[in-house]
Amino acid sequence: MEFVRKWVQIVVGFMVNGSWLFPWTRNIYQGPLKVLCAPGLNCYSCPASTTYCPIGALQHMMAGCRLAIASGQYYLGWYVVGTIGLLGSFCGRMICGWACPFGFCQELLHKIPSRKFGIPKGLRYLKYAILLVFVILLPLLAIDDFGAGSPWFCKYICPAGTAEAGIPLLLLRPDLRGTVGFLFLNKFVILSVFFIWAILASRPFCRVACPLGAFYALFGRVRALKLRLDSHRCTNCNACHRVCPMGVAFNLAPDDMECISCLACMEVCKFDAISLDFCGIPLGGVGDSPLPGKEEVAGSG
Amino acid sequence: MKRHRVRRRKPAYTIRKAPLLVSLFFLALLLAGIASGEPGRVLEQACQVCLSCIGIG
Repeated sequence: MEFVRKWVQIVVGFMVNGSWLFPWTRNIYQGPLKVLCAPGLNCYSCPASTTYCPIGALQHMMAGCRLAIASGQYYLGWYVVGTIGLLGSFCGRMICGWACPFGFCQELLHKIPSRKFGIPKGLRYLKYAILLVFVILLPLLAIDDFGAGSPWFCKYICPAGTAEAGIPLLLLRPDLRGTVGFLFLNKFVILSVFFIWAILASRPFCRVACPLGAFYALFGRVRALKLRLDSHRCTNCNACHRVCPMGVAFNLAPDDMECISCLACMEVCKFDAISLDFCGIPLGGVGDSPLPGKEEVAGSG
Repeated sequence: MKRHRVRRRKPAYTIRKAPLLVSLFFLALLLAGIASGEPGRVLEQACQVCLSCIGIG
């Protein structure tokens, strides 16, 4: 399953970054596909990007909504929120595990051999604050003299934007290099911190700072496609906890909002206690195998 | 004569309706956004390079 997931990540990565004419055009793709939403965090100023970034688009909607309303256009971000809400209600954070290019980058970095560390659980709440403050409130409320806001998350935090758009555009267009200042250095430091952290810990940006991950996490309990724990089969061996890239103890908290449904726990579980279901309907005939029984398991160990 | 009642077996799972309701809500939002012309605005923004947004300038 891990092999399939890697391939899905690669294919989705190429689909949302499928414009490869940029070395010649030296510009970003400007075609009609950009009306479609990238399911994961993928900067739309990336020269190869063929879709829009939901977090970037949402901030721009928030930042410009006063001006839009004043001119009689009710652009309140419904299209963007509706799209990611629909994705979230079907898959939730499964998108982070299967379709986010920046998450995939962090997974690759984590494969670099080094000593590995955990991430304190309390830090997971930071991403909700980032979603609320930097993506919604500041673009909406901190406005200039003309009534326009600014995309605060993109401008001051987003490491995906620096990696996918900032650095490639500076390489493609030497005329922009003179404009590099504090903003770029600040974002470059943030990117470096997360890249180094990703070598030492699993998916630190997803777990600590990603506002899109925070949005999808809100669907943890109500998403259609989710993992289910059969408590009769579970022996609390903690094998699922040990393999989880998000640090979820699935046997203790099957509804944990951090679960990205990478299915590593389902694969490692020897007792078929974890299954995937769609709106409550088990997928793949899980549960057909006979129940091992806790006594039998205890006896065999 | 004895009448044989056909008993329906209870399904081993219960269908969760909440995801469908939430999906419908967001589908309605999406359609409202399309009706108000937001895709055109999103496309317009996505086709421009906002340099300060990516930390340049």
